[in-house]
Amino acid sequence: MNEGKRYWLDSPENVTKLYRGIWVLGIVLVALDLVIHRHPELGLDALFGFYGFYGFFACVALVLTAKALRRVLMRPEDYYER
Amino acid sequence: MSADALAVLVPVAGGLASPLVPERARRWFLLAIAVATFAALARLEPGARLALELFGVTLVPVRVDRLGLLFGYVFGIAAFLNLIFAWHVRRGVEQPAAMVYAGAAIGAVLAGDLLTLFVYWEITAIASVLLVWARGTPRAWRSGMRYVLVQLASGMLLAAGAAVRYAQTGSLDFDRIGLDGAGGALILLAFGVKCAFPLLHNWLQDAYPESTPTGTVVLSAFTTKLGIYALARGFPGTEELVYIGAVMTAFPIFYAVIENDLRRVLAYSVNNQLGFMVVGIGLGTELGLNGAVAHAFADILFKALLFMSMGAVLFRTGTIKGSELGGLYKSMPWTAGLCVVGAASISAFPLFSAFVTKSMILVSAAEQGHPWVWLVLLFASAGVFHHAGIKIPYFAFFAHDSGIRCREAPRHMLFAMGIAAALCIGIGVFPEALYRLLPYPVEYAPYTASHVLAQLQLLVCSALAFAVLMRTGIYPPELRSVNLDFDWVYRRAAPALVHAASTGWAFASARTGAASRALLQRIGRTVERWCGADGVLARTWSTSAMTLWVAALLAAYLLARYL
Repeated sequence: MNEGKRYWLDSPENVTKLYRGIWVLGIVLVALDLVIHRHPELGLDALFGFYGFYGFFACVALVLTAKALRRVLMRPEDYYER
Repeated sequence: MSADALAVLVPVAGGLASPLVPERARRWFLLAIAVATFAALARLEPGARLALELFGVTLVPVRVDRLGLLFGYVFGIAAFLNLIFAWHVRRGVEQPAAMVYAGAAIGAVLAGDLLTLFVYWEITAIASVLLVWARGTPRAWRSGMRYVLVQLASGMLLAAGAAVRYAQTGSLDFDRIGLDGAGGALILLAFGVKCAFPLLHNWLQDAYPESTPTGTVVLSAFTTKLGIYALARGFPGTEELVYIGAVMTAFPIFYAVIENDLRRVLAYSVNNQLGFMVVGIGLGTELGLNGAVAHAFADILFKALLFMSMGAVLFRTGTIKGSELGGLYKSMPWTAGLCVVGAASISAFPLFSAFVTKSMILVSAAEQGHPWVWLVLLFASAGVFHHAGIKIPYFAFFAHDSGIRCREAPRHMLFAMGIAAALCIGIGVFPEALYRLLPYPVEYAPYTASHVLAQLQLLVCSALAFAVLMRTGIYPPELRSVNLDFDWVYRRAAPALVHAASTGWAFASARTGAASRALLQRIGRTVERWCGADGVLARTWSTSAMTLWVAALLAAYLLARYL
């Protein structure tokens, strides 16, 4: 029903813009640590940009581990039906 | 008062009666039941009780307090949302079963004794499996069978625990039980099955995604949250739960990342969210318990919203596999937008519901001196954004264009999703409205610059990680597959073991067959030689010889007597 219509996200340049936008936003938010004083809940999260770095590396670790787990856990779709 | 208390029976009775109502009018009838249920709940005041004596046992079929009532409200909302979402479902067992299921869950959270709880516990098991079976596929049938076995096992554990408790304390009252209480371990295990504790969790990921597009929405609301309610009442401050909950938040997200069935991804994320609540209950502080209960309330709504959006996709496209979907925002922009609201809510973006509920649990964990648990919860918070907040909308509605062009979700589905989305945002923007309903007074202020900044950093940098992994092609693609989880033990290993044992027995008996037959024949021949027609023992003996032998025997007795 939407044949032929071009969407904003259809163009690769716009996707690149979005990608860079996330980078900028992430950097700005981490930099805000210099301006806004956070009240740490534990000693650890008083570190500069703690939440940003933790979020980033936690997700990278999560994905890489999950990807590695596939080698052990992944089976064909009909595994239990055979 | 007792008339008001009896109103908790309205949804179960209405659901059971609804198949008698003509199909044309049935959904209107069920809607009236849902409204009546809500009106009945609104009239209940904390402190109301209905007690009765039965065979010398004091039962409290209805006990109203803030904890039970809060769960009752949200179950009522969920039942209503489901009716709207499934407005097109006019026939079949699904809608009556859903109403009975909701009613039993409401009855269970208002039950004051373990026996009443057990009865509702079993009704939820039976009503809910009908929703799995409503899909009508052989796969759903088998999955439902496994599901109901687990649920009934949980019921048996509860019954056994309650019996032990009654034998030792003489009371069936359902209040704080604790692990040192009589029957405590059995009851904890029963609740643990419903809460999908690690290794007891697979019924959830197994059965929920096999239900109908509408059935999964219903399933997601009740059973597990009933478990959370029961845990919050029976086992607050049980320290083991802190660690169990922490494991629950973390391990399902690895599965969620590599799972292809998007409703199964959500099922793993149900598990992960339950973990947060279990931690809050284990901490047992007012803040922790408030957080657990508030998060259960919020979770029912945003999880319903997410399951509804995926249900709408399945309803329109006939598939829910990440590997086959993508680009649907072009065809279903409203569904996509509402799904993003659900995703933002579960990810705890500021102004969305989990931001004001989940954070209470994290703060409580930090305050109680559990830095490792706190770090795990933070990891799980980033992970939930990753798999539920990004992966679900991304692979369904964005990613590469799958070329699927379908119609937007039906209006009634959009309406139901719209209400759920409004509630998610409403809780996020006006948390006081929810805080006022919580069991304990709330002194927690979610909207501080510090908290908002920390959360935004965490989420945006998690999104950045996703974007980087996508751009570099490191992110694992969606593949048509199943992933082995603990259910492999009872779906594959145990049957294989039984098979091996029985074939081994057959093999052994075949190999030893000839030898054992020969042995049997030899025994037979020996017996025949002694006892056969001509055998020594079967011969006809003369009377005098017999008399002699009897005399000898008696003499032997006599000797033995005096020796």
